[in-house]
Amino acid sequence: MRGLAVFISDIRNCKSKEAEIKRINKELANIRSKFKGDKALDGYSKKKYVCKLLFIFLLGHDIDFGHMEAVNLLSSNRYTEKQIGYLFISVLVNSNSELIRLINNAIKNDLASRNPIFMGLALHCIANVGSREMAEAFAGEIPKILVAGDTMDSVKQSAALCLLRLYRTSPDLVPMGDWTSRVVHLLNDQHLGVVTAATSLITTLAQKNPEEFKTSVSLAVSRLSRIVTSASTDLQDYTYYFVPAPWLSVKLLRLLQCYPPPDPAVRGRLTECLETILNKAQEPPKSKKVQHSNAKNAVLFEAISLIIHHDSEPNLLVRACNQLGQFLQHRETNLRYLALESMCTLASSEFSHEAVKTHIETVINALKTERDVSVRQRAVDLLYAMCDRSNAQQIVAEMLNYLETADYSIREEIVLKVAILAEKYAVDYTWDDVQGYAAKTVFEALQAPACHENLVKVGGYILGEFGNLIAGDPRSSPLIQFNLLHSKFHLCSVPTRALLLSTYIKFVNLFPEIKTTIQDVLRSDSQLKNADVELQQRAVEYLRLSTIASTDILATVLEEMPPFPERESSILAKLKKKKGPSTVTDLEEIKKERSSDMNGSAEPTPVNASNVSTPSPSADLLGLGAVPLTNSAPAPSSSGSLLVDVFSDSSSVAAPLAPGSEDNFASSSDLASSEVVSEEPADAVHDADELIHKFICKNNGVLFENQLLQIGLKSEFRQNLGRMFIFYGNKTSTQFLNFTPTTKPVDPIVDGGAQVQQVVNIECISDFMDAPILNIQFRYGGTLQNLSVKLPITLNKFFQPTEMSSQDFFQRWKQLSSPKQEVQNIFKAKHPMDTEITKAKIIGFGSALLEEVDPNPANFVGAGIIHTKTIQIGCLLRLEPNLQAQMYRLTLRTSKEAVSQRLCELLSEQF
Amino acid sequence: MIHAILVFNSHGRPRLARFYQRLPEEAQQQIIRETFQLVLKRDDSICNFLECGSLLGGSDYKLIYRHYATLYFVFCVDSSESELGILDLIQVFVETLDKCFENVCELDLIFHVDKVHYILQEVVMGGMVLETNMNEIVAQIDAQSKLEKSEGGLSAAPARAVSAVKNINLPELPRNINIGDINIKVPSLSPFV
Repeated sequence: MRGLAVFISDIRNCKSKEAEIKRINKELANIRSKFKGDKALDGYSKKKYVCKLLFIFLLGHDIDFGHMEAVNLLSSNRYTEKQIGYLFISVLVNSNSELIRLINNAIKNDLASRNPIFMGLALHCIANVGSREMAEAFAGEIPKILVAGDTMDSVKQSAALCLLRLYRTSPDLVPMGDWTSRVVHLLNDQHLGVVTAATSLITTLAQKNPEEFKTSVSLAVSRLSRIVTSASTDLQDYTYYFVPAPWLSVKLLRLLQCYPPPDPAVRGRLTECLETILNKAQEPPKSKKVQHSNAKNAVLFEAISLIIHHDSEPNLLVRACNQLGQFLQHRETNLRYLALESMCTLASSEFSHEAVKTHIETVINALKTERDVSVRQRAVDLLYAMCDRSNAQQIVAEMLNYLETADYSIREEIVLKVAILAEKYAVDYTWDDVQGYAAKTVFEALQAPACHENLVKVGGYILGEFGNLIAGDPRSSPLIQFNLLHSKFHLCSVPTRALLLSTYIKFVNLFPEIKTTIQDVLRSDSQLKNADVELQQRAVEYLRLSTIASTDILATVLEEMPPFPERESSILAKLKKKKGPSTVTDLEEIKKERSSDMNGSAEPTPVNASNVSTPSPSADLLGLGAVPLTNSAPAPSSSGSLLVDVFSDSSSVAAPLAPGSEDNFASSSDLASSEVVSEEPADAVHDADELIHKFICKNNGVLFENQLLQIGLKSEFRQNLGRMFIFYGNKTSTQFLNFTPTTKPVDPIVDGGAQVQQVVNIECISDFMDAPILNIQFRYGGTLQNLSVKLPITLNKFFQPTEMSSQDFFQRWKQLSSPKQEVQNIFKAKHPMDTEITKAKIIGFGSALLEEVDPNPANFVGAGIIHTKTIQIGCLLRLEPNLQAQMYRLTLRTSKEAVSQRLCELLSEQF
Repeated sequence: MIHAILVFNSHGRPRLARFYQRLPEEAQQQIIRETFQLVLKRDDSICNFLECGSLLGGSDYKLIYRHYATLYFVFCVDSSESELGILDLIQVFVETLDKCFENVCELDLIFHVDKVHYILQEVVMGGMVLETNMNEIVAQIDAQSKLEKSEGGLSAAPARAVSAVKNINLPELPRNINIGDINIKVPSLSPFV
């Protein structure tokens, strides 16, 4: 193809980009006219032009024609023409449906041709394009080719990968069937290329259909064992630099990571294999070539991954850890990188956590000396993973040191990690020190002529709370603090200004000596008549408050914020979001759950209504600026959130301004265990579970109603905390006297037609079965009324949805495969089987609804974490409707049997 | 899974681009440019893996690359692949190119884009490793060449053209991809078999 070579040379000789573009445009015009011309082009010319177009495309120019010519080449019976046609189509995929029909036609012919070379080309094209249309056309055909006895090895290889690709694009179009067991037996095939391709295919299929492919485990182990124990010459061409079949070994080890440790018989053989691989690592290398060590270590790292995945053989885990320890000091950067990465997962295993910790000095050294940012990043990850109470101080100090010189790209992550570790492990300083230090630090930072707005927010909040701690220093006297903040005021956005106004009113309380200065500011037109309603309202109200309230009242209203309740760190959530769901942190959590199970965690304690009184569950110092300060209702689901601010919760009923101002429980009455003491026959406890079931997927509604009384509820939950507003309505025209709910006292007199309300704070201490009971007594027309209702506080209320990819889902699903972790219920549908309603219910239940995870689109899959004070429990669920039978099968998998059981009961009632 | 295979020279000129997920052309070019920027600034002694952020849409994707003389070979993979395995796969691909082109150089990749694709197709298919046995791969390519020749000796023409071009211009391009101590020109693997 001389024309092609000349054209390429022309392009290469172009002196400028412009000249090149000109030459290309000329060529495109030429080809276009040739394609459109009257003269029919012969195969050779078509092939030449298609080649040119490929070259032009590679240089980054759009090609919007030539597809039809390429498709024409497919039906040529000349191999070279067919080949270039397929190449063009695979590289320049086009979704024009008419073209696709033609392409599929050509592929169909080639697949039927029984010519292995043509079949290969067609299979390649399907695998490379992998569109849904192709899946529709060929997903039924490929499995037949794959398992047919007379198919050539090279075609089998291609067919396996082709099917894998189609399964990835359109799992619903690749039904499991008789062929699956025959595919599993390909693991015994003589041709190692076929085995490699089949292993890839089985690994992907097994992730979603573990049952269907579980026989592959023993076959994979015996195949692996034969490879590992073979002499390096046994496998001939599949020996790569003295390492027998390294790719296949890696793939087999990956396949085994789809399953839990196998039965004892197979397990013994597998353990032998893994030991052999670990032993080989200690042998002197058979070649000095880097390929030899790469191939050998690729297998070794995969073996270590499997050991970590099984997490069941302490002996192997410790050996793995020692091996990785050696690699940490290896002269090859790649190995140091991978060792740091693997060790990170090892750190979360309880068997090896201590062993990992012994390498702390090496890892810190890596942080200081590695030249490669990728490696340093891994070192930070590992330090984070190996951190516990014993070494937190050292690790945090090293991370802080490193922060000063760290690459900008990873600074944010390091800051988050430092914050998490500090928050988690800091125990020995007093709050005052930190508060004073914080006030001093922000005060200094605010001196800079230009500050980031977030700094102004942080500064405003901290000085408003703790400015008094540094006011003794004349350099940061009250007036100076105020002037400093106010100098930033006009440059800030409305939410920040609103926050600063709150700081000013706090200053009025902290520093009476500058009250008049602040009142002057509040009184100015730019505040009192501000066009922004939020700012105006604050200015008016704060000014009023400062004028009429006595010092005592001011001090109560503007008392220091209470400490934050225990909850999942918002920083952690942020880090997770940043790093995606499959991070070390998650592994760590799963591990924590597991280990706490093993150690026998606390007995299930019922929910306690306790006096956790924080202004807002969303108060969050570090979720800077994620949500603007507005007057709207608190968004219970937003994770990032505003700075604590007196008005942040302004729409909730009487937002508490200080601890105790609202939720003054007379005593922390124990709801759950309270007994009904009745003078007269009390109404039976209204525990008819329907009441509870009504509220499982929703938080608001009428809980109870009779002729006298109506009880309404509004509740919100986040993490392990919740808040419930209870409304008691007197439906009669007569007063209720001595009205006493057991939660806490309210006004004892409820007028006819009136409503009283109360707020109950809820904390989930541990997982629980029984809902707390609310007892109410009152006198109505001289009779004492006694009433008991279950409060609809169920375990699922403490669900936080977790989004995850299909791969993660099934990996975890498999990790939770012991019979105790799974609870299943098959039941008849009680309601019409409507997909949308079902989805809404699963979301209402609290879990995330994961789309495109289940290969069967009719099924529903969900995931979430139950938050309790003591542990977090990861939960996975799957609901399989059977429309014909009007039945459902619901499967729950969690790390705790009681939780699986309870969630399954609760959710089963909903459909 | 391998999501993309890119080859470009040290000036960022693409020499081969293969994507195993559907992406608009613009996005492809963007990825090539960004990958080049990421890889170019790394010197040879540091590690061959780097996280590529959300470059190809997946947060856990990695770039695994090798630098041979004027060319960078970059594979973008997800976490289901072994890093070292992919590194060796790049080596297999390059060694195979070397065998098929008899001392491969950048020019071979330029003038035989199609053949390079065919060789790659024997190694990777739909983003998965198809074959790692170099002898098998070379045998497949040889069989293809025979077929080509039997269909009219078309392949001879471009070869002549290349040698002409090779002689005329481009003094700045080294003739061979010199692989330093990695030494691509293993004559054959027969001693190990």
